[in-house]
Amino acid sequence: MSEPTTGTGLALGGPASHADAAAVGTGLSKKDTGPGKPRSLWGDAWYELRHRPLFWVSAVLLVLLLTIAAFPGLFTGADPRDGDLTNHFLTKPELTHFFQADWFGYDVQGRSIYARVIYGTRASIMVGVGVTVMVTLFGGLVGMLAGYFGGWVDAIVSRLVDIFFGLPFLLGSMVVLNAFTERKVYVVIAALAFLGWTTIARVMRSSVITAKQADYVTAARALGAGTTRILFRHVLPNALAPTIVVATISLGAYISAEATLSYLGLGLADPTISWGIDISAAKDAIRDNPHVMLFPAGMLSLTVFAFITLGDAVRDALDPKLR
Amino acid sequence: MTTIEKTTSATSRVEESDDGTPLLEVRDLHVEFHTREGLAKAVNGVNYSVRAGETLAVLGESGSGKSVTAQAIMGILDMPPGKIPQGQILYRGEDMLTMSNEERRKIRGRKIAMIFQDALSALNPVLSVGYQLGEMFRVHQGLSKKEAKAKAIELMDRVRIPAAKERVGDYPHQFSGGMRQRIMIAMALALEPDLIIADEPTTALDVTVQAQVMDLLAELQREYNMGLILITHDLGVVADVADKIAVMYAGRIVETAPVHELYKRPAHPYARGLLESIPRLDRKGQELYAIKGLPPNLLKVPSGCAFNPRCPKAEDICSTEIPVLHQVTEQDGTELPGRGSACHFWKETLHG
Repeated sequence: MSEPTTGTGLALGGPASHADAAAVGTGLSKKDTGPGKPRSLWGDAWYELRHRPLFWVSAVLLVLLLTIAAFPGLFTGADPRDGDLTNHFLTKPELTHFFQADWFGYDVQGRSIYARVIYGTRASIMVGVGVTVMVTLFGGLVGMLAGYFGGWVDAIVSRLVDIFFGLPFLLGSMVVLNAFTERKVYVVIAALAFLGWTTIARVMRSSVITAKQADYVTAARALGAGTTRILFRHVLPNALAPTIVVATISLGAYISAEATLSYLGLGLADPTISWGIDISAAKDAIRDNPHVMLFPAGMLSLTVFAFITLGDAVRDALDPKLR
Repeated sequence: MTTIEKTTSATSRVEESDDGTPLLEVRDLHVEFHTREGLAKAVNGVNYSVRAGETLAVLGESGSGKSVTAQAIMGILDMPPGKIPQGQILYRGEDMLTMSNEERRKIRGRKIAMIFQDALSALNPVLSVGYQLGEMFRVHQGLSKKEAKAKAIELMDRVRIPAAKERVGDYPHQFSGGMRQRIMIAMALALEPDLIIADEPTTALDVTVQAQVMDLLAELQREYNMGLILITHDLGVVADVADKIAVMYAGRIVETAPVHELYKRPAHPYARGLLESIPRLDRKGQELYAIKGLPPNLLKVPSGCAFNPRCPKAEDICSTEIPVLHQVTEQDGTELPGRGSACHFWKETLHG
């Protein structure tokens, strides 16, 4: 009984061990051909990022979206503001007419939905990027100072953060935006940034507190580095990672916040073209012509998805422990 | 491959230090920490001095205040919770504790530098070692990036890091423990300071590398004629490099002596206990001596001599009176230079 068992065992063992050896072999050769250059923490993160399919999906999407935002004229010849009411009845999308004005059909006022979706990208991207940049700069700076200096600076900042944190984000921005009669892109950016900096400030504060206790900060101090140098050269680079992750992920959230506000009529307003405005305008036609809402809403979801996926990929690359 | 360039100005330093004032003098230094449990007195009146070219070893177990003293000298003590209620730290006769922050910062790195115990955590993980070494020159001497990098390579050569040119762009985690400690030494050495404080520089290294690093440190110290304060709890390390020893216990110096005299004839029961705790080949098979009890809680330092609960020679006076640092003499009364013992019964300990 035992003999055949060992026989098969051996027979099976043969190719299996070969496969193992091959695997080890490729593993080694991969390592050998891998980058021999010294990699910094950021270099490591970039290396990690390059090997993630999700990163490439979001990166391609984002490059496309940014190009659309920068040069909408490249993608459509139609005028998004040109409403021809005779088209009102031609609302069905012609899905084979690629890049034509009637590709996605026409909206209630007879404007090309495709052109509006293309031209609406800019506002959304600008709001998203604008709010993120402002929030990261302001919240990051405030959080860094609070974390590094502690004491009364921290006490003031932390209480201020608590107060702002208590204000509901959307309700708060509605109240702020309501005070403006002319709601251009920069007004919306300012309103969202005004209420949105607290998360970044908190994240930055806590990571700076961790980083400033590191031995290398003491060492830098012992070797005569001044406060500014310690803060920007030694503490900041080591505390930046969580902030970057939160910033990238919340970028998507700011874009949807803009759409929400525009839908409610408190964000951007005509003649600015925004997906939120179009979604709002489509709500009356949704039963008979769902595509009028589908396309701007789809673009919005796609954009938010791209940013959040990027944020996820960046987080995984920067924090190997989560892998 | 490595060339060690002797570009030091050792001779010019000698005359500077010959005017009688020591490079660094610590006088009656007290450091305390305000904690939730109460006042922890970490350093209670420490006195020591270092001259150029001299190595002072500060010996003591964890919590004896040796590192806190060093941090107070460097000005890197966290204040609060730390506090220096009294004492002076004189650098070339000037009290650093009364200087402005900016004046002190200029001394740090340039005149007094420090080597840390754990080089991995004392080097910034996101910056290459070349950048960190070069930073010393860019900050203190305003060199350009290129010049600073060349200097960094030169320094790495000097602390004998092989292939310095290729490795200058590497990051701290890419070096072995011994190499990292060499980089730490190179950083401290960069501006050719007068004094280096090495806080347990070899504790995190394995024994063979320990010896290499200590040899390197001793050699560079001779070459640059620097003062060196070596903080350690390793008696073996001390014997080879130190000129004099200060033994600390519960924030006080309990014995000072030239290095070999301490090993030959300790004058304090604590120092004697430490020496007897070293495993010796000729006592193989016998039980290894250990000092009984635990180091004192700094919140409740025993009254009198802090060592009295653990001391084999303790008598009534030891728990009531704090012994001063007595000048130690021979039996016939001839002075033993540099020797002192904070024990009521130093005579019995030394001669008995």
